[in-house]
Amino acid sequence: MKAVPPLTPSGPLVMPERADRTLPNGLKVTAMRRSSVPLAEIRLRVPFARADLANGQVLGSTLLSGTETMSVVDIAAELQAVGGGLSAGADADWLAVSGNSLVDGLDRLLELLAGSLTGAVYPANEVQTNRERIADRIAVARNQPAHLVRAALLKRMYPGHPYAIQTPEPEAVRAAETAALAELHAARVRPDGAILVIVADMDPEKALDSVERALGGWASGAELVTLPSAPELTGGPVTLVDRPGSVQSSIRAAMTTVHRTSPDHAPLSLVNMIYGGYFSSRLVENIRESKGYTYSPHSGIEHAQASSAMIIAADVATEVTGPALMEIMYELGRLSLLAPSEEELEQARQYSLGTLRLGMATQAGLASLTMTLASSGLQAGWLEGHLERLATVSREEVADCARRYLAPTNAAYVVLGEASTIEAPLSSWTQVARA
Amino acid sequence: MRIPATTYPVARFTLGNGLRVVLTQDKSAPVVGVAVVYDVGIRSEPEGRTGFAHLFEHLMFQGSENLEKLAHFRYIQGSGGTFNGSTHFDYTDYFEALPSGALERALFLEADRMRKPSLTEENLRNQIDVVKEEIRVNVLNRPYGGFPWLRIPPVMFDTFANAHDGYGSFVDLESATAPDAEEFFAEYYATGNAVLAVSGDFDVDECRAMVEKHFGDIPGRPAPARPDFSEPDLTEERRGSITDPMAPLPALAIAWKVPDPINDFAAYLPFVVLAEVLTDGDASRLHERLVLRDRSATSISGYIGFHAEPFGVRDPTALILQAFLPQGGDVDKILSTVDEEVERLASGGLADGELSRVQARMATHLLRELDSLVNRALLMAVVEQQRGDASLVNDLPRLIGEVTAEQVVAAASTLRPQRRVSIEVIPGVEA
Repeated sequence: MKAVPPLTPSGPLVMPERADRTLPNGLKVTAMRRSSVPLAEIRLRVPFARADLANGQVLGSTLLSGTETMSVVDIAAELQAVGGGLSAGADADWLAVSGNSLVDGLDRLLELLAGSLTGAVYPANEVQTNRERIADRIAVARNQPAHLVRAALLKRMYPGHPYAIQTPEPEAVRAAETAALAELHAARVRPDGAILVIVADMDPEKALDSVERALGGWASGAELVTLPSAPELTGGPVTLVDRPGSVQSSIRAAMTTVHRTSPDHAPLSLVNMIYGGYFSSRLVENIRESKGYTYSPHSGIEHAQASSAMIIAADVATEVTGPALMEIMYELGRLSLLAPSEEELEQARQYSLGTLRLGMATQAGLASLTMTLASSGLQAGWLEGHLERLATVSREEVADCARRYLAPTNAAYVVLGEASTIEAPLSSWTQVARA
Repeated sequence: MRIPATTYPVARFTLGNGLRVVLTQDKSAPVVGVAVVYDVGIRSEPEGRTGFAHLFEHLMFQGSENLEKLAHFRYIQGSGGTFNGSTHFDYTDYFEALPSGALERALFLEADRMRKPSLTEENLRNQIDVVKEEIRVNVLNRPYGGFPWLRIPPVMFDTFANAHDGYGSFVDLESATAPDAEEFFAEYYATGNAVLAVSGDFDVDECRAMVEKHFGDIPGRPAPARPDFSEPDLTEERRGSITDPMAPLPALAIAWKVPDPINDFAAYLPFVVLAEVLTDGDASRLHERLVLRDRSATSISGYIGFHAEPFGVRDPTALILQAFLPQGGDVDKILSTVDEEVERLASGGLADGELSRVQARMATHLLRELDSLVNRALLMAVVEQQRGDASLVNDLPRLIGEVTAEQVVAAASTLRPQRRVSIEVIPGVEA
């Protein structure tokens, strides 16, 4: 047998040059230099919790569809002229805009963005076009197992919380009007609490100056809106959602975890890796590589402003729905009761450290990572500390986190599939409740 | 706006066993990308073995001469890296992105499976099950599954090679055997049929020595002769339809054959630009007309090749338009409006600034893709394999910028109804 070559030291991870500035209107801006390509990436998030779901969706799609002086086509053409593009959308926490352009076009990109942030007019024609498109998209989503099982899971995870329903009714979307969108924009599309990240092939201070020139005049005055913390998940029967005609069952499980600021965050992210967070995990080895039940089983920790949860997902052949769910629970139980091996931990640790390094090696990756952290209130310096923590977390800390967060009896389970086939075999060994 | 060029350094050499190698250094971050591309894809599958190229791709991850099952994943990920593979019409790729200190390890792992993958009956049965679940999740259990990439070829083409289902029928997948896999490996996974590309933070001489050390002793086998897959141009319109039991709304795909991407690159490139002129962004001709003005479609996209990769496909391939329609939408209306807009472009030409803004946006898209080291290694490997020189990658932004309005207009004038293929999705469920 030939021996696999050892690792050699990788070059040092040099943190990119960074500058931060809070504009007088409250907009928090971070700029970073990455010179690998002559481009600029931008990310913007504006607090949007509790915004009306239907109006929020239509506002996101129509934000860039016209101002007093420019039509939707004018804006799109001007963006293209600098190699640029912008897109906007809303979720339960944020109105988010992301885009990119040739670096020489950054000033123009920012001007066009500012034009819409301060002067979007939501033309009746474009509102009508977009609300119909969104309603159609929702109609399609309602035939997609991934969407349906997600909606059922959110309902199970967040009873009584605004996160419980994150997709509007098509009828509500079709009722969106210019006046209501303009009102929502005036109340919520404001710089206070908003975050902007730029990664570009240029001096970060100069990028901040560009932002200040373009967006310094964006007037503050947003309503302050907060969300209550999401309720902690507790065990209960498996929620079964019938989807007649399904040729697979979509299984999801969720457990309450902790915010990125918690001392448990780093060890828990390693627990997630070992469980199902990457290909070399227990879940993939078990239900894919050993048993062939599924193509892409995985788990991940999702952080929203008012909740953190570990979510497990597997789409499995209908006839193995019961066995697959049993293995998902078994692996949770095994990891919560028995400490992982040193080798397993080391592998998860190296993967976590390495993929952060890879994620920072493109402009787009660095911009998205920086925005993700900034959205959790984490500023310059946090990532270095997190890398250090990931590198030094002990096996005992990881085992302790697994014990406290992974108990299979505390998880919420949802299964979507052909109920007439899967209900009986599931009910024979666990409690099942129809959605 | 001036279109920027890339100046990635390119070192190319060929090992004694025929393996072609491309090294492209970039010290801007302490990471590397490794890509191995084999010149075999969906088109090379034998009759009765639809889906075999993709199934075989799965088998390449199941262990090799010096590595047991699961070891490949663990070595890559335990080094802080990521990996994947994918099967295309004309090639199959395997790739890793890693911290730079894991480069030699990744080269060893790729060499080990190029030398001898573990093609056992047990691994085969396991991966047939996994692939069936992949097809269920991506095609059978969702609306618009496989649309349009699996739906156009059977209508557009007449030969098995070009027309068959590239994901594979369950009957064919289940009847695959380990000796089939051995035979496929012996013929197509030859050193002479592969290209290795490495990008990122390394010393070129040291990297070359590592490549020679790990790949140099793989017994050489020549590339098999590549069959001529070309088909004659269509002389009359072809239409197809699918009733999709999970789709609530109609959809339409339209395709026209384009010039040979490899042997007639000068004629082909204007079609790559044309697809963007027609569909990129809210200011594009078809978006403005169909989505914003007529509202006869809710979205329109356009691209070259069934996997939307203009610089990773050989002849025959197509320019494809894909539209989703509102409830009760009329596909004939879309077809006639597209004809009208194509005619307006062919006879009226481009507006002032229209071409240059599209070219600027194309440059951003291309540079953004190349910013990822693993994508850069992949594109260089494919370009080396299909076009004989990876350094052409550096010329692409400039060449896109040099396409003229006259060339785009001439390309548009070939998108005629009698050369057209269209596939309609008929909704099988109420919206």
